[in-house]
Amino acid sequence: MNSPQPVLQVSDLTTRFNMEDGTVHAVNGVSFDLADGEVVGIVGESGSGKSVSMMSLLRLIPMPPGEIVGGEAIFEDADLLSMGLDDLRKVRGGRIGFIFQDPMTSLNPVLTVGYQITESLKVHQPGRASELRERALDLLKLVGIPSPEQRLQSFPHELSGGMRQRVMIAVALACRPRILVADEPTTALDVTIQAQILELVKDLREKLGMAVIWITHDLGVVAGLVDRVLVMYGGQIVEEAPVDEFYAEPRHPYSQGLLASLPSAAMPGQKLVNIVGQPPDLRAPPTSCSFAPRCPHVFDRCLQENPTLVQVSATRRLACWLDSGRDGPNHGR
Amino acid sequence: MAVDAGAAVPVASVSRSRPVGNEVLVSVRGLKKHFPVTKGMFRRKVGAVRAVDGVSFDIRRGETLGLVGESGSGKSTIGRTMLQLEKATEGSVVFDGIELVGLAAGALRRTRPRMQMVFQDPHASLNPRMTVSSIVGEPLLEHGKSSSRERQERVEELLGLVGLDPTHANRYPHEFSGGQRQRIGIARAIALNPDFIVCDEPIAALDVSIQAQVVNLMEHLQDLLGLTYLFISHDLGMVRHIADRVAVMYLGHIMELADVEDLYGDPRHPYTRALQSSAPVPDPVVEATRVKIILEGDIPSPSNPPPGCPFNTRCPDAVDRCHEEIPAWREVTPGHGVACHLAHG
Repeated sequence: MNSPQPVLQVSDLTTRFNMEDGTVHAVNGVSFDLADGEVVGIVGESGSGKSVSMMSLLRLIPMPPGEIVGGEAIFEDADLLSMGLDDLRKVRGGRIGFIFQDPMTSLNPVLTVGYQITESLKVHQPGRASELRERALDLLKLVGIPSPEQRLQSFPHELSGGMRQRVMIAVALACRPRILVADEPTTALDVTIQAQILELVKDLREKLGMAVIWITHDLGVVAGLVDRVLVMYGGQIVEEAPVDEFYAEPRHPYSQGLLASLPSAAMPGQKLVNIVGQPPDLRAPPTSCSFAPRCPHVFDRCLQENPTLVQVSATRRLACWLDSGRDGPNHGR
Repeated sequence: MAVDAGAAVPVASVSRSRPVGNEVLVSVRGLKKHFPVTKGMFRRKVGAVRAVDGVSFDIRRGETLGLVGESGSGKSTIGRTMLQLEKATEGSVVFDGIELVGLAAGALRRTRPRMQMVFQDPHASLNPRMTVSSIVGEPLLEHGKSSSRERQERVEELLGLVGLDPTHANRYPHEFSGGQRQRIGIARAIALNPDFIVCDEPIAALDVSIQAQVVNLMEHLQDLLGLTYLFISHDLGMVRHIADRVAVMYLGHIMELADVEDLYGDPRHPYTRALQSSAPVPDPVVEATRVKIILEGDIPSPSNPPPGCPFNTRCPDAVDRCHEEIPAWREVTPGHGVACHLAHG
């Protein structure tokens, strides 16, 4: 799946929030590559740093209190984290499109759908008003919105949740992005509408050949959509694997716990397997494995040193003292 | 229609070893809840949101009835109307032989301890200015005659039951995580030894790894205390795990009701099939091969439902009759009811 020249190369991305009551270590040294046309799923629970790390790439976090402490994000031969703001603005919404979770708060309620789509075109690919309108119309057709001519004049509140999310996708696709970052875009939608949006994204990805970073907590959505899975916990990537290998043989104890806690994994009439304890407090600096307090396999080293993400096979990376550096089947499953 | 719906998921027969008899604890008949739509200074009634539009079902003592449906289908309104938190527009709710609709305030208050509710949002449903001890102890103060000493002991016992540290009784809700807060809400709900608990999306706001903890706790308490649950959720996977029987709602109507294995293994209503087919399966091999039913369009507005079957605007199988006549409820096999013109026994 990895082509020789990745479209995006993130290394050692570190983001902190300097709050009044201490520093929150939200993202701690995240590194990954994204191949052209690839769909990567970033899986994690609330507070795992999955959204903040992607927002940090485009410097969309509030600064202050946020602070990107270090790292590099190479996109089309330039570093997103160090380039000038003017250059970055050309990338945002242009070569890299963004879809957010809640379409109602990310669309402007007092502007028409048509205006909001052409706004992004105006900035990145200026043209005559009639041309822009024509392209907005094409985009609405592309994302499957019925009677698109009328919809150009509609305001966001006149559309249903699913239709709004389609508009968001149209806005994100307006400038033919090379990468689409989707932050839980279907979480607020009903399952039958979610199914429509997932089909749409799969279809568009094939048509437009863009790479997609899909942020979610839903392991079902990931299974049907992505090529590769990145699991985040405590602001770090703890496991990376091709999607089929991940579901067949998760190797990080946290990934194992997550998959085992799904109701579909429970045997008839048995209790669900759960991960004991609570998510980590990110105010503590990452000096030990953040999963250690909840890990069934924890031992001395986990409490003293934070495991780094290392290559454990041709296709997989893992951050776990128990398993890293070793290949082959794992404990516990 | 070629459907894989249930077959796509590994079949698990959910039967925890606990007795569920045939004794009916709650019986709902023809329940309707319409919210008026008003206009102008004099609040002239110009229409109605038909949130619940004539539903009938029984809940047996000791069982978990799952209630699934999409947002706006009326599933939360059913729960709230059953507990008389909303005034029913029409119909009857009989709880252990007592008709609750229209029951006098005093008599209703005496029945309240026996039926409780667990809410979706553990942030919004706990008063941030009250300590855990006073939140969990409040029902005891309202309905019990215990001394403060006895209350304190009972609160500690309840916190222990839901897996919280009793020494944290004097902390405030914000000092707890989402999962722990939901445990506090559960402790409050079981404080008065209820028979029946309406669980309104109790795990929807929680992370995956915490959902399993809370569901295990609820099952444990059900076994321990002989509770009866109405478990309202949009998570079909979790409902399959926890429920004995499942009702599927759409636009204020129950479309199908059956034992959990019948409903998932042999869904008869086109909406049930579509709903199951839409739910993503956490297995890339299954996802790559199964055929999905993707419904067109959105759920219609409950203030302006379509004539005939409520599902006819999105139904892949709809025939002329579906646009004219509301399908009658019928049992296709014993215990498996469906409201569809096209379903056969």
